[in-house]
Amino acid sequence: MFDSLFGLFGGKSKSSHEIARDRLKVVLVHDRASISPEVMERMREEILQVISKYMDVDRKSMDIGLETQDDAVAVVANIPIRNYKHPGNRRN
Amino acid sequence: MSEVIVVTSGKGGVGKTTTTANIGMGLAARGKKVVLVDTDTGLRNLDLLLGLERRIVYTLVDVIQQRVGYRQALVRHKKYENLYLLATSQIADKTAITPSQMAELVKNMRDDFDYILIDCPAGIEQGFQTAVVGADWALVITMPEVAAVRDADKIIGKLLADEKKVKLVVNRIRPEIVARGDMLTMEDIDDTLGVERIGHIPDDATVIDAANIGVPVVENENSQAGKAYRNLVGRIMGESIPFMEFSGPSFFDRLKALFGR
Repeated sequence: MFDSLFGLFGGKSKSSHEIARDRLKVVLVHDRASISPEVMERMREEILQVISKYMDVDRKSMDIGLETQDDAVAVVANIPIRNYKHPGNRRN
Repeated sequence: MSEVIVVTSGKGGVGKTTTTANIGMGLAARGKKVVLVDTDTGLRNLDLLLGLERRIVYTLVDVIQQRVGYRQALVRHKKYENLYLLATSQIADKTAITPSQMAELVKNMRDDFDYILIDCPAGIEQGFQTAVVGADWALVITMPEVAAVRDADKIIGKLLADEKKVKLVVNRIRPEIVARGDMLTMEDIDDTLGVERIGHIPDDATVIDAANIGVPVVENENSQAGKAYRNLVGRIMGESIPFMEFSGPSFFDRLKALFGR
């Protein structure tokens, strides 16, 4: 009934079954990806180590976390860069 | 060889206890010697669903605290002499039984029974750990609803991490809503959870009647839910039985509705 109602206004609506299925998918990706603070911290450190090899990053104002966007979950990192390291200056 | 199965779900209200009662009675009807162990300490209900609530003398907690041997605490079913219940205490709480005590009890009971079914409390705390520890495999109950599937996923993750084998039952399916296309489908649930589904059970008035009178619906020859439970019992016994199709209310349901019962 709602479908036909929405249909009248030209909108393409999902059935409640499809909405349920899609919401379930997203929440499960998030649940399964949710990791302990210790593991998150370790991952943060390792990501930083890699990036620090190439760039001078601002450790204090950086932020790494899991975020749900539309129907996907992403690792979102916001890492402000202070300076590029000149390739020639790179040590090790 | 006895088989120990824990019936669990994570979320409450999906029909763990109902399913335990039905599988137990179904196995007993097929001639197996069965004991049902209620581990939902403090919230005892399995006795009611089996119509045995007035015959409980000793409980699981009495057995664990060694006031009585477990054989003394078992209540034999009125109709099936090979079906027993070990009820739990209404006054103790989940901390009254530790996982190692439960594992020991289950080990001792193995010699006496073909099937030991453990009804697990809702949640993922100690009560869950206690119920699961002695089991050979876990039957996870869910229903076609986002919250129930999510909690099932969480429980399945825990069980697999404990290296328990997991099989799934989808309970409380409303065929008329499935037919309308407004319910999570079995395929959605299979895709999401990725474990073997060995039963799907429709919800109808006969399930409520069964709880009202204390005779599990598996005994009701005219019930679709009863048939689904009998199929599930067969699959647990290793038989290969095709799955029931849901295509809206059955002719029988409509007929029943027509005559008011």
